[in-house]
Amino acid sequence: MNYIDNIVFAILLIIGVGFFARNVKKLIRNIKLGKQLDRSDNSTARWKNMAMIALGQSKMVKRPIAGALHIIVYVGFIIINIEVIEIIIDGLFGTHRVLSFLGGFYSFLIASFEILALLVLVSVIVFWIRRMVLKIPRFWNKEMKGFPKNDALYILYFEMVLMSLFLIMNATDVPFQQADAGNPISQFLVPLFENFNAGTLFYIERTAWWLHIAGILVFLNYLYYSKHLHILLAFPNTYFANLNPKGKLNNLEAVTNEVKMMLDPNADPFAAAPEGSEEEIPEKFGASDVADLNWVQLMNAYTCTECGRCTSACPANITGKELSPRAIMMKTRDRLEEVGENINKNGEFKYDGKQLLNDFITPEEIWACTSCNACVEECPINIDPLSIIIDLRRYLVMEQSAASQELNMMMMNIENNGAPWQYNQMDRLNWKDE
Amino acid sequence: MNVPTMAEMAAQGKQPEVLFWVGCAGSFDDRAKKITKAFVKILNKANVEFAVLGTEESCSGDPAKRAGNEFLFQMQAMTNIEVLNAYEVKKIVTACPHCFNTLKNEYPQLGGNYEVVHHTELLKSLIDDGRLTIEGGQFKGKKITFHDPCYLGRANDVYEAPRALIQKLDVELVEMKRCKTNGLCCGAGGAQMFKEPEKGTKDINVERTEEAIDVKPDIIATGCPFCNTMMTDGVKAKNKETDVEVLDIAELIANAKDL
Repeated sequence: MNYIDNIVFAILLIIGVGFFARNVKKLIRNIKLGKQLDRSDNSTARWKNMAMIALGQSKMVKRPIAGALHIIVYVGFIIINIEVIEIIIDGLFGTHRVLSFLGGFYSFLIASFEILALLVLVSVIVFWIRRMVLKIPRFWNKEMKGFPKNDALYILYFEMVLMSLFLIMNATDVPFQQADAGNPISQFLVPLFENFNAGTLFYIERTAWWLHIAGILVFLNYLYYSKHLHILLAFPNTYFANLNPKGKLNNLEAVTNEVKMMLDPNADPFAAAPEGSEEEIPEKFGASDVADLNWVQLMNAYTCTECGRCTSACPANITGKELSPRAIMMKTRDRLEEVGENINKNGEFKYDGKQLLNDFITPEEIWACTSCNACVEECPINIDPLSIIIDLRRYLVMEQSAASQELNMMMMNIENNGAPWQYNQMDRLNWKDE
Repeated sequence: MNVPTMAEMAAQGKQPEVLFWVGCAGSFDDRAKKITKAFVKILNKANVEFAVLGTEESCSGDPAKRAGNEFLFQMQAMTNIEVLNAYEVKKIVTACPHCFNTLKNEYPQLGGNYEVVHHTELLKSLIDDGRLTIEGGQFKGKKITFHDPCYLGRANDVYEAPRALIQKLDVELVEMKRCKTNGLCCGAGGAQMFKEPEKGTKDINVERTEEAIDVKPDIIATGCPFCNTMMTDGVKAKNKETDVEVLDIAELIANAKDL
């Protein structure tokens, strides 16, 4: 027996899975850079959300064509990966189609994998056509230049290659074809290889087999660097998503404490600060960098797969404003990655003179938002770009007093006379007699 | 028009069925005041015992909060809550979805717990309870499209009450391409009402009005004073004032009843 194959396979598997595990650790560490937020309540509703939205794809099908194609790819991805179990056992122990002892059931499984593989292949080609031939606008917004555009294409090519390899592997497996069970698709590929001798066929089959499993491992490791993490993060992301009505913004507790003190007639404005509090850095209002956001917002950024449904529904973006909710998520992730790299290099975060606000997301973008929640509604996996926009606005207004003159007028009017316009509060009931 | 204030009611030792929160637009904006009056006429007609805060009302804080000024928002919220709680208010109705959303969702955590309904919800329950009846009247056979205010629809999932009211008018309700959960904003939310829009290629209200005009309505109905302003401006920008009217649902009902 020749064990070299098995050893090579085991090493490949360990390296592939090991690297992936390392990146997952980094991912979790980066998400934990965010502020704490308790989302452990109401687990029934959360499980239900995850089952409906992530597992059941209920929001994907709101756009029926993309939704249907996505479901095919998604179901194909999950089901065909059962085959990976067999590949790993075969690879480690030098067996060939170890599960074939299941007989008729095995043929049924492989047959369904083949059909799904073809459907996935077709769907992915349609996806490519939608991007590159039909040029659906949401794939061509300005944030989709360079890597984001290529990233999407690499993933499509990857899937095309993986599915083709799977079918070729089956088509060139002579004993498998001779058994003529479970090969509803690959049997039609057999004629392509009829002029090859048995030896060549064997090597083609082996090559396809090796490339298939190597491809899967490469893909697994590509996830962390790509927009494609949603295949994993969609589940926690829908579980930990906001359950409140969309219109409800959180009330900042740090502000509540200050306002309560202001309204308390017995509060002593000259009271000395409590013991030890001189050392404490008071909490920042709003967010100017990723560490000021909460961990769910950071997980949102990693989960975003840049489909652009949010941006295509955003009234500001539709009317040519600088704002794109997708870009808000992409930029948050870019900054988070940069901060993560900084920590990898220096052991802890070393000030780099940059922050999320201004260096990544401009005030012009966040001031274009109407807070209409269209982006939140659109996201197939409940990402909330609006919450980030509001947190950035809070920093601009409360830490930097950087609201526009018009907004300052509005706020001054509210402070002075209880309305956003300059009307006398005592005239509030005048309409009754007009 | 009978508009008692909470102070008057309290002086008589009475508690109204519901507090009508008028809001800043409803109190001061000339166009929105008409909506306020139309709604009050219906309340009078249906013999609803209501009261307003009058000069004791103050901005809910919504535009400040959405502009990022949490501090000002909470100052407004807490002073309003002091007043509302002093009058032991249990139920609030408002014709402004922004006040509606803020009072309903953002006040409870600060100590203000009330049942808050939008005026379309209250009107629908009045009809369901038989306290108010409406017939098509002057609108019979007209084509009406409803623009979903973001803070009523997506923000709080109220889509059916305004539509049910429109359908009571014997009119043809036509939906725009983007409606209900997919409704397009009028452009006023998130404190945009009080500032010039950022640089772009088009105004949001024009985009939305074009979509409304596409379905060839006689009337664009809304349930928000800010949407009303934006859509009215949009209709003017398209030179369609003579063909299309922008009305609040309360006005539709008040007009149908010749109030």
